[in-house]
Amino acid sequence: MSMNPDRLAPSYLEQSEAVRARFERIRQREVILEVRNLGKRFSSAQGEVEALRDISFQIRRREFVCVIGPSGCGKSTLIRTLAGLESHSSGEVLLDNRPVDGPGSDRGMVFQGYSLFPWLTVKKNVMFGPEMNGRGGDEAEQDALTWLDLVGLSKFANAYPHQLSGGMRQRVAIARALVNQPRILLMDEPFGALDAQTRSKMQSHLLDIWKNIDITVLFITHDLDEAIFLADRILVLKAHPGEVQELIEVPVPRPRSPGQFSSAEFLATKARLEELIHPPMPTESEEDQVVKPRMIRFTDVDDNVE
Amino acid sequence: MGTIAKWFAARARLGAQQRTILGLGSFLLPLLVWCMVSYVPFVWHPKVVVESPGGVDYFQVGMLVDKAVFKDEVANMRAANLLLPQGKPANPIYLPAPHEVARAFYTAFTAKPEQKDLPWLHQSLWHSIQVIFWGFVISSVFGVPLGILSGTYAALGRLNEPFVEFFRYLPAPAFGALAVAILGIYDGPKIAIIVIGTFFQQVLIIANTTRKLDATILEAAMTLGTRGLKLLTRVVVPAILPDLYRDQRILLGWAWTYLIVAELIGTSTGITWFITQQARYQHFDNVYAAIMIIGIIGFGSDLLLGRLGRRLFPWDRSQDHG
Repeated sequence: MSMNPDRLAPSYLEQSEAVRARFERIRQREVILEVRNLGKRFSSAQGEVEALRDISFQIRRREFVCVIGPSGCGKSTLIRTLAGLESHSSGEVLLDNRPVDGPGSDRGMVFQGYSLFPWLTVKKNVMFGPEMNGRGGDEAEQDALTWLDLVGLSKFANAYPHQLSGGMRQRVAIARALVNQPRILLMDEPFGALDAQTRSKMQSHLLDIWKNIDITVLFITHDLDEAIFLADRILVLKAHPGEVQELIEVPVPRPRSPGQFSSAEFLATKARLEELIHPPMPTESEEDQVVKPRMIRFTDVDDNVE
Repeated sequence: MGTIAKWFAARARLGAQQRTILGLGSFLLPLLVWCMVSYVPFVWHPKVVVESPGGVDYFQVGMLVDKAVFKDEVANMRAANLLLPQGKPANPIYLPAPHEVARAFYTAFTAKPEQKDLPWLHQSLWHSIQVIFWGFVISSVFGVPLGILSGTYAALGRLNEPFVEFFRYLPAPAFGALAVAILGIYDGPKIAIIVIGTFFQQVLIIANTTRKLDATILEAAMTLGTRGLKLLTRVVVPAILPDLYRDQRILLGWAWTYLIVAELIGTSTGITWFITQQARYQHFDNVYAAIMIIGIIGFGSDLLLGRLGRRLFPWDRSQDHG
């Protein structure tokens, strides 16, 4: 059944019947977010910088898309532009076919850093969005409590953010973004600052949330495993300038579980991502050109650690 | 490590007990120096207080004379075979001993004013506190909003800050004569000096505090649908409030330092009037007491405000120290 008989390992392009059918169903859904020929240039002390060039893609309803790329590929710039926090120089961003202009509650955002309001309790943090959008009082409070329950933090409704652990804070941040019922949830390396164990719990939790509510997710990460574990499709960017390298359909079947990390599809996808992000003939980065360590032996010749 | 060595480890955290002990020590050390100078005769005591004049015709009981003069007169009297003057070493009149100042703390409040229409000490103090209060309130009414707006909107900040930066180098007392010409000789010019001394620092400090607000907080609020003025009232102001409160405490301290100069302008009033009056009568124990009362009121109110801050901003852990 192999499409490419020359290879021993299956290609990341191979999809099982179920996976192919699922992608077919996704393609039937309406487009939520469309990015057309997006470009961003700005002038800095080092001269004119082209952060993004000609980026185009579509995300359909309830799709989970991860963006991955080497550092400096502009993935943060991209998501901040989609959120309306940064302007773009060319192209357009359409949400439900309407151009995006500035930040708005139709695009929820979860930041890497702790962005909770420290002066508000957890419940008040979650109520903040509804209140800003003209839904006040009891209704906002009921919504907040429902969403806190969904992320498992009902007990902490009256705690302040500084009393919570990193993982709990990000759960609140997710609840706070989702309570507004945005069309799309933009997540900018939300688990990047968490320890490995908490991160893995949060990934499974995020998938659970995504399965149960009508939400489309665009998720930035630099962790290849995280991208493959979470995503339907992975948008791979390359650096200088940030351009789309490939939009990969992840062949790993759903429902996902940590057991799949060693499956053939998973490894094939990971190999492809490695190939794209760390090319076999690496061009020396600017840092590599300047930083050249020269090893000198300071220990006795017999005193070996390996 | 020994206990003492542990206390002097760089950036070591002190326990509650250590903090109390060392804090008390910071007050006891200068007091100890003062006691030594006052009560141990050989430390300083450059004068002699006359206890009996003996044969010296211009000596009087209780008179302070230089040590050298006294020694000369003793020699003179011995040569003239007259009764020798008696005396004991003493400090100059301007350095009263701690117990004298301690007594003055009480007597300064209970002593009747020299003339009927003059204020008592507590009335002078209350007058000073009112001048400070109004100076600080007027400055804050304009300075705090302008600072927050300047820190939030770059254009607004740029429009006033270079001038404010320039103006804050003009010494407030330099405006004394002008303030009297415009506002008369009573409390107007005094309040004006405190306002001038506080306002320009206030705008810059609060603008800076506002600018230090983490951009992610603002961005998070915007992605939640906050816009326009609500961004200012619902996000910027509550977010900076604990730091703003701390700034105001520091600025109130500065306002106090302008008090004495301010009260000398026009008709001298308040605690400054009391101090100059007492110095004129050489009641230096009262002078010291009055100066310390200023310190106690200033420091005490700051301690209270610090306590209040911890109550007001339970989420802000940096209120715990300082």
